[in-house]
Amino acid sequence: MLTIGMGALLILIGYFLGLYFFDSAIAGLFIATLVWAILSLVGYFQGDSILLSMSRAKKIKRDDHPRLYNVVEEMKIASGLEKMPDIYIIDDPALNAFATGRDPNKASVAITSGLLQKLNRDELQGVIAHEISHVKNRDVLLMSMCSILLGTIVILAWYGSRLALFGAMTGGRRSSSRGGGQGNMIILVVSLVFMILAPIMAQLIYFAISRKREYLADASAALYTRYPEGLASALEKLGSSTGQLKSANQATAPMYIVNPFRKKGMKASDLSSTHPPISERIRILRAMAGASFNDYDQAYRQVHRGGRGVIPAAGIAAGAVPLSTIKPEGEAREPNEIQRARETSDVMWRLSNYTTITCDCGAKLRVPPKFKEPQIKCPHCGRTHQV
Amino acid sequence: MVPGIIIGVVVVVLAIILWVLYNGLVRLRNQVKNAWAQIDVQLKRRYDLIPNLVETAKGYMKHERETLEAVTNARNLAQQVSSAGAGERAKAEGELSSALSRLLAVVENYPDLKANQNFLALQEELTSTENKISFSRQFYNDSVLRYNNQTQMVPSNIVASMFGFKASEFFEVTLAAEREAPKVSFTQ
Repeated sequence: MLTIGMGALLILIGYFLGLYFFDSAIAGLFIATLVWAILSLVGYFQGDSILLSMSRAKKIKRDDHPRLYNVVEEMKIASGLEKMPDIYIIDDPALNAFATGRDPNKASVAITSGLLQKLNRDELQGVIAHEISHVKNRDVLLMSMCSILLGTIVILAWYGSRLALFGAMTGGRRSSSRGGGQGNMIILVVSLVFMILAPIMAQLIYFAISRKREYLADASAALYTRYPEGLASALEKLGSSTGQLKSANQATAPMYIVNPFRKKGMKASDLSSTHPPISERIRILRAMAGASFNDYDQAYRQVHRGGRGVIPAAGIAAGAVPLSTIKPEGEAREPNEIQRARETSDVMWRLSNYTTITCDCGAKLRVPPKFKEPQIKCPHCGRTHQV
Repeated sequence: MVPGIIIGVVVVVLAIILWVLYNGLVRLRNQVKNAWAQIDVQLKRRYDLIPNLVETAKGYMKHERETLEAVTNARNLAQQVSSAGAGERAKAEGELSSALSRLLAVVENYPDLKANQNFLALQEELTSTENKISFSRQFYNDSVLRYNNQTQMVPSNIVASMFGFKASEFFEVTLAAEREAPKVSFTQ
């Protein structure tokens, strides 16, 4: 629905541009389509490698972090995804995670090292389920198409309004050559106003689509894990930190689990955000009576005091899906936060090709890849180790 | 002439509908098969992990012979019936799951074992394999539900009966211990 709205906006802007500059709507539509096609091609061939390389993400294998790998594999199985996505860790203390891959068979999920050490297994599962849902629901494709549409509208409106202003200042080709009927004047004014408003409208629609997909991904995560509490408590941890991710930018924001640019105390009805407020997402997840889309929809309505639901009607199937309350792994057997932090930093050092030697005195020596000596002395107790 | 065209159009439309419905059924049936194969992969993985786990645990757990033996026996039994139907198999796998959870519960009494790196890695693998089993079962059951709905609902049920698409069996755990889930309270 909203995507169609955005497409309509693009057509309208092309129409007005054409009317304004060439007296023909067709020419404007042609230019709009051309710009859109070029941007789409660029976007398509750039691929998602850009996002990952921008984020300085490091790809991991099973042995690097077995728990993370296993959790991703579990969610791959639960969602029925055919191929195992690539897993990346971003060395950043900010708490966030994202998914890329327009094609579900060539997807990747990435998580920051900060988040990885903060979450216990259930929470990690919730976050990964949310990201896998983005892949499975083809949100990556949808959102990249929408951002290309948005980009086209912004570019057209920007150049259109500048050119129009410039034209007006230098005597205005349009108004002088036509002798200016009253009706023509109105069209010109309407076009100009529209060109100023269109990017703002497009942006709002874009944010609205993004928020809808977030709700859907939350609902899918609950369905896959059958345990909405996991994601809810992960979101709680995410919400309590406001560290911004260094490598995020506006275009890639919808793919993250929480808005990478969020500020504290964002209003509940914030229209200019790619993500719904975290507190609201938590409330919905905690209000769920079962794990189906239907339950999520009802929880959403409950939190919003009536009104329309958020899940597309086609997704709501009859049949109850019970919540899972069996948690095979107990708190006690899981590594605690300190252990997780050590584990994560070990992985990050290893991925940077450092060798880790554990000395008998308990000190850990990180040997850089450039280190050439065959032996190294422990700075703490003085024992020598073979490198 | 005109009636001929009308009949022709109707035949073509019917053929297209038949084609779409048939392909939809085949896709769902393949998904069910694929999901079943996924469960199989994970169950096999569990058979492979258990001997290692028991071997590692044996050295530390002097007083838990029965628990360990129960796990080994349940594993062997499950492996034996692995070619049987879904119902019987689910029962044996359920027994194995509960024997394993008893073992992992008594591990709490052995701090040395809990600190063993090898055991920790095995335990992570086992925990995850248990999860993968239940997630693949979940996906299998969802797929079976979708497929069965298709084979029973109008109009695809006509195509299903024409080409012999039979409803599939759910993979249900019939163990009392798993059905009576403990209540979890979310107090924060």
